[in-house]
Amino acid sequence: MNIHEYQAKEMFREFGVRVQEGIHCKSVSDALAAYDSLGSEIVAVKSQIHAGGRGKGILYNPESGEEVMKGGVKIAFSREDVEEFSRNICGNLLVTKQTGKEGKIVSNMYIESGCDIDHEFYLAILVDRDRKSVLVMASTEGGMDIEEVAENNPEAIHKIWADPSLGLRDDDCASLSNSLGLSGSSSTQMIEMLNSLYAMFIEKDCSMIEINPLVRTKDGSMVALDAKVGLDENANFRHPWRDEVRDLSEEEDVEIRANDLGLSYVKLDGNIGCLVNGAGLAMASMDVIKLYGGEPANFLDIGGGATRESITAAFQIILEDENVEGILVNIFGGIIRCDMVAMSVIEASKELGLEVPLVVRFSGTNHEEGKAILDSGEISIHTVSSLSEGARKIVDLIGGDS
Amino acid sequence: MAIWIDEESKILIQGITGKQGTFHGTRMVRYNTNVVGGVTPGKGGQEVDLDGRQVPVYNNMKEAVSETGADVSAIYVPARFAAAAIHEAAEAFDENGGGLIVCITEGIPTLDMIRAVDKVNEFEKVRLIGPNCPGIISPGLDGGCKVGIMPAFIHKKGRIGIVSKSGTLTYEAVAQTMSVDEGQTTCVGIGGDPVSGTGFIDCLSAFEEDPETVAVVMIGEIGGSAEEEAAEWVSENMSKPVIGFVAGSTAPPGKRMGHAGAIISGGKGTASEKFAAFEKAGIYVARDPSEIGQVLVGALIEAGLRES
Repeated sequence: MNIHEYQAKEMFREFGVRVQEGIHCKSVSDALAAYDSLGSEIVAVKSQIHAGGRGKGILYNPESGEEVMKGGVKIAFSREDVEEFSRNICGNLLVTKQTGKEGKIVSNMYIESGCDIDHEFYLAILVDRDRKSVLVMASTEGGMDIEEVAENNPEAIHKIWADPSLGLRDDDCASLSNSLGLSGSSSTQMIEMLNSLYAMFIEKDCSMIEINPLVRTKDGSMVALDAKVGLDENANFRHPWRDEVRDLSEEEDVEIRANDLGLSYVKLDGNIGCLVNGAGLAMASMDVIKLYGGEPANFLDIGGGATRESITAAFQIILEDENVEGILVNIFGGIIRCDMVAMSVIEASKELGLEVPLVVRFSGTNHEEGKAILDSGEISIHTVSSLSEGARKIVDLIGGDS
Repeated sequence: MAIWIDEESKILIQGITGKQGTFHGTRMVRYNTNVVGGVTPGKGGQEVDLDGRQVPVYNNMKEAVSETGADVSAIYVPARFAAAAIHEAAEAFDENGGGLIVCITEGIPTLDMIRAVDKVNEFEKVRLIGPNCPGIISPGLDGGCKVGIMPAFIHKKGRIGIVSKSGTLTYEAVAQTMSVDEGQTTCVGIGGDPVSGTGFIDCLSAFEEDPETVAVVMIGEIGGSAEEEAAEWVSENMSKPVIGFVAGSTAPPGKRMGHAGAIISGGKGTASEKFAAFEKAGIYVARDPSEIGQVLVGALIEAGLRES
């Protein structure tokens, strides 16, 4: 789960990480009031969406589709600028490299005091899966895509790892600061910031903190100009405050509903719906559909605890996608019994008036009983015995590469 | 022979009186798995009926291990208590000659797992499998040893090792070996979380040393670089044929595909990179999991282990 920059910076303040003064706004009048109260002549007017690449994004009018402004993060040199920029941002569609072409409507802004930048750095804290520890990664090349830096200038990236029980070591922090060319009070501030951010990472159960850019100002202060924070959803149970920072408009409505039902659903662009048990098998089912010339419409794992209700809901979610022209059900029964799934499939088809072709593959627990139930029903369902066969069949039924 | 568990293994169930613990414990006993006890704090002294077998409950792992001499533990406790259960099991096994911890629980916070794995690594003779995995099974002649939630009846004792990040896809791989009349030595589900215990290389290396295993099926998925590292290890160390599949070729970047670890981030961890690494390492690749059986047969023939 991700949070907005303004929320992340609030968290930074709580942990003593230096940020500029800033105010969260939801309208042009908010933005102007924020400008007046900040008292800084130069401010940044920043669109608040979860996707990255805001600065280079383009804003469009959501109704007419006309381009409104280039850049979702703007530097305003006057009150008039603030008015113009916030008007162009608020309620419009921001399309960035990461949002896809459908973009995101911006309903939150952040107005932040300007600062005199001397140098831009990059700083991130994340989980290193291979070393099974928390990694701190910093680079002298701030403001740029870290993947590009890793590709073209890997020696600019410096890393230290936290000890799982002891945390960050002082000498590691000092050497990281040193590798970034920091000295004097900048270095002291950098080391303090590393410790504060690490404490926040642990206390708030983050999955990622990224600051790009982290700047050294002309007076030598180290300031987090941007803030991207991801939270580990597995830890939601011990962080009830997350309900308040969660922005549901940033999540696909249907993905939230699916999640509430114990389903794991991700919408894709194809026309073959998939209903599968198990994340790996669900991915493999999509892959095999593609391998035989089809395009999967979704990832859907009904999970180990699926019931008739959740399976009916799963069908409903698949069918809400207008692109769906056929459905492949692939169940390898373990705890889930294929006969239970078969009955749910029949009920769901009746209840929802299923019209698209349906191919079902059962294997594992009670697969024969499941197949018998489907074959004896009055609804036309194609039963197959392998995933391969199922994928070929559904691709064939909807007419191949359409 | 098999790896890590066999019919002699003595199993404890952490969370035995819970719904999951009792449900799966019953199925483990039904498969003739030697379940010797369980742990639920506060319920020590009780007994649990698992398919007609009366199994003692202990208050903590230290007591359970020293009373029963168990060397394997299956964890079915809820996510918020699971890391503590791993710590407890690790310490108890360390004091009693070592053991294997199999954590089935899904949804454990990543930072909890970092600390739990670090704890387990303190002890040379303690191994952790999982979390968020189907467990491990070594089929025997009459039932076998099943520590986890997999459907036992699809397995048969044989000579193929299986290691996989995914649950149901492991079952698919098992079914594929069965479709070409090959059974399994041991099947290990290592789980799909970003931070977990036993990895591909641990399993591959154990299968390489196991005299009964002649070939290994390895199932990976998008995210991280464990498959690439395993492939490199295979090319340098593995004398037995390895058959590989990677799930997630069609997964869009930046989206978590069910498993917390199954995410392509910053263009890294894609299926095509992993398949390429497999091919480079001389791993026999199946692009469709329904073809694992056929690819396995080809590999066995090439190694002189099968006629046709």
